[in-house]
Amino acid sequence: MTSSSSVLHAVRTPGAHDVERIRADFPILKLKVNGKPLVYFDNAASSQMPQQVMDRLLRYQTAEHANIHRGVHYLSEIATAAYEGARGKVRRFINAGEAREVIFTRGTTDSVNVVMHGYGRAFIGGGDEIIVSQLEHHSNIVPWQMLCEEKGAKLRIIPCNDAGELLLDEYAKLFNGHTRLVAITHVSNALGTINPARQMIATAHHHGVPVLLDGAQAVPHMKVDVQDLDCDFYAFSAHKMCGPTGIGVLYGKASLLEKMKPFEGGGDMILSVTFEKTTYNVIPHKFEAGTPPIAAAIGLGAAIDYLESVGMDRIAAHERDLLVYATDAFSQLNDVRIIGTAEDKAGVLSFAMKGVHPHDVGTILNEEGVAVRTGHHCAQPVMQRFGIPATARASFYLYNTMSEVDALVAGIRKVQKIFG
Amino acid sequence: MESKHLYQEVILDHNKKPRNWGKVADASHQAEGLNPLCGDHIWLSLKLEGDKVGSIAFEGESCAICKASSSMMTTNVKGKSVEEAELLIQEFRDMATGKLDTASQPNHLGRLRVFSGVCDLPSRVKCAILPWHTLHAALNSESTISTEGDRDPVESER
Repeated sequence: MTSSSSVLHAVRTPGAHDVERIRADFPILKLKVNGKPLVYFDNAASSQMPQQVMDRLLRYQTAEHANIHRGVHYLSEIATAAYEGARGKVRRFINAGEAREVIFTRGTTDSVNVVMHGYGRAFIGGGDEIIVSQLEHHSNIVPWQMLCEEKGAKLRIIPCNDAGELLLDEYAKLFNGHTRLVAITHVSNALGTINPARQMIATAHHHGVPVLLDGAQAVPHMKVDVQDLDCDFYAFSAHKMCGPTGIGVLYGKASLLEKMKPFEGGGDMILSVTFEKTTYNVIPHKFEAGTPPIAAAIGLGAAIDYLESVGMDRIAAHERDLLVYATDAFSQLNDVRIIGTAEDKAGVLSFAMKGVHPHDVGTILNEEGVAVRTGHHCAQPVMQRFGIPATARASFYLYNTMSEVDALVAGIRKVQKIFG
Repeated sequence: MESKHLYQEVILDHNKKPRNWGKVADASHQAEGLNPLCGDHIWLSLKLEGDKVGSIAFEGESCAICKASSSMMTTNVKGKSVEEAELLIQEFRDMATGKLDTASQPNHLGRLRVFSGVCDLPSRVKCAILPWHTLHAALNSESTISTEGDRDPVESER
């Protein structure tokens, strides 16, 4: 996109990012909903899958499937190589130092819970404190509340301003001798705020406190480098980045993972078992008990291949263009308030319409074929901060277009006409 | 299902100007209804006079479907006996979940049939039914009712 940056943002159509060619890779985008072309703007909840990833899943099930890390036979070796190959792709994609620092989980929520059980329960005790932010998804609040309840620890909350940006001065003041962990989102799912993660991690490390980043809304949309961030744990899901459901990643620094306890016991996570004593396997296998979702992990690897073939910088630039275009169009609508106006913001447009509940907005937009999320986005503390029960949210991805934004805006005008 | 069939004039009118808005000061029965998923939250209060619903009122925060359903419910059950109200609750619930075809099967719903289209929008059924569940709870002296989860407060009592 950089080559065409001299063209005005708001009217620029993606040049280097050939959105029509990308759309051709996603069969579901050809659907009609209620007789209208599907406009899929619920990508922050789950993204769609390109044909290339489906083909990879089919190839695995057709010619490569067996259990992994077990047999010496042909299929087991092929499947093991594909599964571990996917781990290698994840390592490269997020620039982890070593593949053994990449643990496959069921998704972001599971990843956070692995840290809560494996790290939190071992190293956080009564009177200790965990810092989270006002912007967290419930999945990065509830596990820590459960731990606090169990151990008698305490949650401390980083507040945000009216734009939805975290107050870094307040954040710095939350540290004390009892602080044991910072668990914050990289990008807010409800507002789109991109938190200054690198700076916030440096602050925590200054106090000797490790940091878990919830990257569910970051990894699909921008280049993430866990070593550059210097985060201690990083969690994300495949299904928000063109991959399948049921698989996600927990990245952790090897030194931390090694001293953590496994969350689940079973096969594959052990070296030896007797009734007297069981020796745990090395990382990452220590955290992957039982037969994992092998196909889904390979699908995640294929999704990474796909995203890299497009280019993460190009995807980020395209989403930024869509956000600028949509924000501009929304600013011309009466009685529509954008919730979340951070300076550094991902392709998420949360909004509230005066006098119309978001669920009514969503139902009427659906009739126009436009899929948006309506509700509290599993982030009720965010809604409480802004004094609203819910919002409607459009979230963009690499296959969305400016004309789809036009369809959204037309749908909102229809809502206004109905409720006028 | 097209939303124009659901967002009819009568529903939009009750949303804009809800009838029986507020509280019954000397209520004999009341209940709170909550749909955590979308944030619909209503308070219902009523006063039974003998066996009849003498006065009834509601207030709260909700989507248009829930507010209009609440408003039209209050106008419909006022003056009716508890037994008649319970029958309406059952019929409304069956209509909203697609078990009662109001065009072919006998019923007492009258103008409430404007909500029949909601059965084609599974995510919105709860919005329309919430006030009716809340009324059922109030009449049966339960204080809080939630439509969250699979448990259907009416169904489970059968």
